[in-house]
Amino acid sequence: MSTEVAYLTWRQRHHSTIRAVRLYARTFARNSSAMFGLFLVMLIVITAIIAPWIVPYPEDAIGAVHLDLKLMPPSWDHWFGTDEVGNDVFTRVIMGTRITLQIACTVTGIAILIGVPLGMIAGYTGGYTQEVIMRITDIFLGVPGLILAIAIVGALGPGIINAMLALSLVWWPGYVRLVQAKTLSIKNDIYVQAAQSMGAKRLRIVFVHILPNCSSPIIVKASMDMGMSILGAASLGFLGLGAQPPEPEWGSMISIARNYLPDWWWYSFFPGLAIFLTVMGFNLLGDGLRDILDPQHRE
Amino acid sequence: MLWFVAKRCILMVAMLLGLLVITFSISHIAPGDPAALAAGPDASKEMIELIRKEYGLDKSLPEQFYIYLKALLSGNWGKSIHTTHEVWDDLVEYFPATVELVIFSIFITVIFGVPLGVLSAVKQNTRLDHAIRTITVAGVAMPMFWLGLMGQLFFALKLGWFPLGGRINMMTDPPNAVTHFILIDSLIAGEFGTFFEAMHHIILPAFALSFPALASIIRVNRAEMLETLKQDYIVNARAQGLSTYRIVVHYALKNAMLPTMAMIGLRFGWMLGGTVLVETVFDWPGIGLYAVGAAIDSDFEPIMGATIVLGFFFMLANLIIDLTYAGLDPRVREQI
Repeated sequence: MSTEVAYLTWRQRHHSTIRAVRLYARTFARNSSAMFGLFLVMLIVITAIIAPWIVPYPEDAIGAVHLDLKLMPPSWDHWFGTDEVGNDVFTRVIMGTRITLQIACTVTGIAILIGVPLGMIAGYTGGYTQEVIMRITDIFLGVPGLILAIAIVGALGPGIINAMLALSLVWWPGYVRLVQAKTLSIKNDIYVQAAQSMGAKRLRIVFVHILPNCSSPIIVKASMDMGMSILGAASLGFLGLGAQPPEPEWGSMISIARNYLPDWWWYSFFPGLAIFLTVMGFNLLGDGLRDILDPQHRE
Repeated sequence: MLWFVAKRCILMVAMLLGLLVITFSISHIAPGDPAALAAGPDASKEMIELIRKEYGLDKSLPEQFYIYLKALLSGNWGKSIHTTHEVWDDLVEYFPATVELVIFSIFITVIFGVPLGVLSAVKQNTRLDHAIRTITVAGVAMPMFWLGLMGQLFFALKLGWFPLGGRINMMTDPPNAVTHFILIDSLIAGEFGTFFEAMHHIILPAFALSFPALASIIRVNRAEMLETLKQDYIVNARAQGLSTYRIVVHYALKNAMLPTMAMIGLRFGWMLGGTVLVETVFDWPGIGLYAVGAAIDSDFEPIMGATIVLGFFFMLANLIIDLTYAGLDPRVREQI
């Protein structure tokens, strides 16, 4: 048996995986809205990576002042116009992709790191532990997230770090619920029982056997949550509780820009458009991923 | 059923207690010594100690929580540092404006969302369907505050169709407060001018608040309608020659409404959160604007008060959905 395996090429050994990936890729590529989402997300990620090298006025992102250029309409020199201190809005929107993605990754990442283990523990151990974890989760899910985030920021003081912390603290319960339900449904599957009967330790079962089988819905939710946490962070920024100027964060830019409506509309229009497109990109991507990874949970 | 109702109500009380534990904990993670803060900058050490004793801050945490709970139940919700107003009085003043806005927005959502969902399902894969689905995709991703601002820019400032913000004009006397909802109070008082003015003011913020909800209502309703329209009894109804209208409205929609109702309830709760943004944009004198103002000033008690009130109504909305759902669908009752 083992000698036979040795003669198989890598491609042959991973035949089924390769086929599955191909099938996924083909299904995904046929879904035009998912491809559009992927395109938007790629565009934003690439923009964020190369931002410092492509922006026309790098110093405008860190609070330069050119009062002679203030509030100029969009033109060839300033594609998105300039703001109240003469900074190029295009530069600030492009640099904003970095902060935005940072926030989204941090919030979603922390939420996963807290939520997934708790969900697996709750689902796998059951009993009293499960009760405690799930009831705490229910309480957090029982309050509007934005309000709780505002309360936390109100206590810690406004700022981007505190806003990220607050959003992470209200974001994890969704993962607990998702993973707990999934764990419950697979913990009695034959392969888990087989592992148990062979004397596998609990931790090994949870992380090696259960976690990979929960990963599809987690990936789908994570993609959606990237978008939603961007919306949340921008909302806090807009309320004056998140990133503080001169940080080029889209929400906080709009919060200042609204004072310059209607004559200087470009100042609030473009950052808002950036938020909209980014969030839409992650949502469409998430929808597309759900269609291939988790078809039975489609809405 | 009675057992189910009782169980859910007990659960709701437990969750409310949990919420209070959260607000209580948040007040304790706040940097700075609350006793020193309350005593003021020039207070001596003895003064601070005295205040610490007076507020019960020297006791153990569970004891402090008990004191906190007792104060809340007796209507003592603390004071705003900035205005020195009682938080409870402020909340009573601001909350009706929020409820009025949210309820009006839910109306808009249902009036537009359900027919659009049905239309989208009946005309599946036509141009109309694609157009409606584009709205739903956009709605979920739209930053509500930006939509509100752009609405202000276009409909209020450029076209002048709607006022910029507020509940009524500054110069207008609000009607005699009976329900504290201006739309209803003005009708009771027979002041139709005020009624139309208030209507005029609420439309723009309500649309901004309903847009994301509209998206999810359309989505759910469309999906449910598609599912229902495939059922045997619909095919049977068609075979019997019933009109399309009758089939869609009397047979299919009735069955698709249950999940849609659940989504409406869920969205009502989310609107209680989203209202913070819309109120800020439109200067709507509600609890959201109040909470944000307090949060920016790190004014503690008002934020906690607003959180508790909004959390309570959010939970209440969820409870009502659960109970309605269980009342209409016996399968749900057996699950819990």
